[in-house]
Amino acid sequence: MSKEEIKFGRSKGFFETFERRPGPIKKNMHYCPGCGHGILHKLVAEALVDLEMQDKMIFISPVGCSVFAYYYFDCGGISVPHGRAPAVATGLLRANPDSYVISYQGDGDLGAIGLNNFLQAANRGENLTVCFVNNAIYGMTSGQMAPTTLIGHKTATSPYGRTVTNEGFPLKVAEMVAALESPVYVERVALTSTKNIRSARRALRKGLTNMKEKKGFSLIEFLSGCPINLKKSAEATDEWIEEEMIPYFPLGCLKDIADERDKIIRPIPIFDKEKVTKALLESAGNIKFGDKQTKLRKDLRIKCAGFGGQGVLSLGMMIAAMGQSRNINVSWLPSYGPEMRGGTANCSVVMSNDIIGTPIVIETNILITMNQPSMDKFLPDLATKGILLYDSTSIKPPKTKSRVYAVEATRIALDIGNIKCANSVIMGAFAACLKGFELENYEGAFEEAIKTTFRKKPQLIDMNILAFRKGKDSVKTVNV
Amino acid sequence: MSEKKKKKFRINITPDECKGCGRCIYSCPVKVLSLTNKVNSMGIVYAQYNGADCIGCGSCFYACPEPGAITIYEIKPDEKGKE
Repeated sequence: MSKEEIKFGRSKGFFETFERRPGPIKKNMHYCPGCGHGILHKLVAEALVDLEMQDKMIFISPVGCSVFAYYYFDCGGISVPHGRAPAVATGLLRANPDSYVISYQGDGDLGAIGLNNFLQAANRGENLTVCFVNNAIYGMTSGQMAPTTLIGHKTATSPYGRTVTNEGFPLKVAEMVAALESPVYVERVALTSTKNIRSARRALRKGLTNMKEKKGFSLIEFLSGCPINLKKSAEATDEWIEEEMIPYFPLGCLKDIADERDKIIRPIPIFDKEKVTKALLESAGNIKFGDKQTKLRKDLRIKCAGFGGQGVLSLGMMIAAMGQSRNINVSWLPSYGPEMRGGTANCSVVMSNDIIGTPIVIETNILITMNQPSMDKFLPDLATKGILLYDSTSIKPPKTKSRVYAVEATRIALDIGNIKCANSVIMGAFAACLKGFELENYEGAFEEAIKTTFRKKPQLIDMNILAFRKGKDSVKTVNV
Repeated sequence: MSEKKKKKFRINITPDECKGCGRCIYSCPVKVLSLTNKVNSMGIVYAQYNGADCIGCGSCFYACPEPGAITIYEIKPDEKGKE
């Protein structure tokens, strides 16, 4: 009797049966016949076991055909949003520098939507191995043009063939990354003939070894076949890769400086378990605000609008700081044009006794306007029982059914001697017109807010408090 | 003698795990694999080992995109007095 020994067989890097995969088939992967993903998955699984990296490995499944890669590998795994694999990998590696992460991405994920995330991670030299599967087409969505689609190639979205004038040249990712300083290893391989698969196997292991030795960023670009979308047999696909793709995407090592680089040692973050748990519980809605919180009759959704330079953003900030000082939940969301002065600017402030969902204010219950265009723009959004407060120096009385208050903020500010404190005048008026707001030390809260806002410019505090008081005394109810 | 030291191998292809892409067949340097004329439970015409002359190079194993469709065994002679 002769005995038999397995020389090549199913890797222990795969689960014995794929229980996560729905349906009756538990031994096979979901890929189409002849798909390059399967070939690469086998190389990855084998390397995980041989390099003893399984226990610390987090395999990131991208969006694309390999979105279900976590069905298969017997190691840690995360599914991430489209293109965000290197960003998530960065988080994983910074939180636990001893973990290993493979970011497995396709040409749509890495080359299109996630190019920035990927390039920045490469440039930071994260201790990461990126497996870039380049099949020159969008496979999962059935054959649209990819950034790496070859010139002349007809796809669903380039029906007359890709042209240089219309879509530009195919993106050479490996060359681009090799040009950066940080990456230590960049190689392009192909998953076609036995010879090429062997060098792909060697390249993958080199990338993973670099990661194990904490040498930094490695990129391996795999030219891979998609027989279904190329509408070819597996053999013809291999020939097509070798005859059409490789001349444009030449194989070989573009950069290998791992030996010259020292280990990357980044500080290990220290987490205060108690604080983290508390923060998580609070965000989950278990927050206890206690008795110190000032009770509001209802949530205040405030919009402050004017032109840039009038201080509408800091007005919103002061109102938010006032709420914060009385333990009310507040949010402040600015919105302004690219110009620093003269453009329109507005900010949304939400004050609530409960957790604030969105900081965006759509239906306003308090509108503060400091110029006419803002009034015209935001008045329609004011709730019927809302409050309108405007600077009557320059704005005509509006037609509205809401409660309306006016203050000559700009003129009062000029009388005080600085037009810039008009926003504090407005805040004084705001404090006066706010009914049903039972604050302990009502004025004190606003004055504290002014002190907080101007803590870096203490010489302005007195002037702004003066403006605040004048505003409070000069506000008028307007009968429309 | 080289004839004496020559190792022997056997390929096992699990029919239900084969998707019939043919990658193993054209990757085999000694052409010992072929498609059957039968279909498996997925309704796919699958590949098979012709039964002899495998050299154990592993080309078919690495060419195959499925994790466990192909297993290559080394057949070790268990002769008396010899290792």
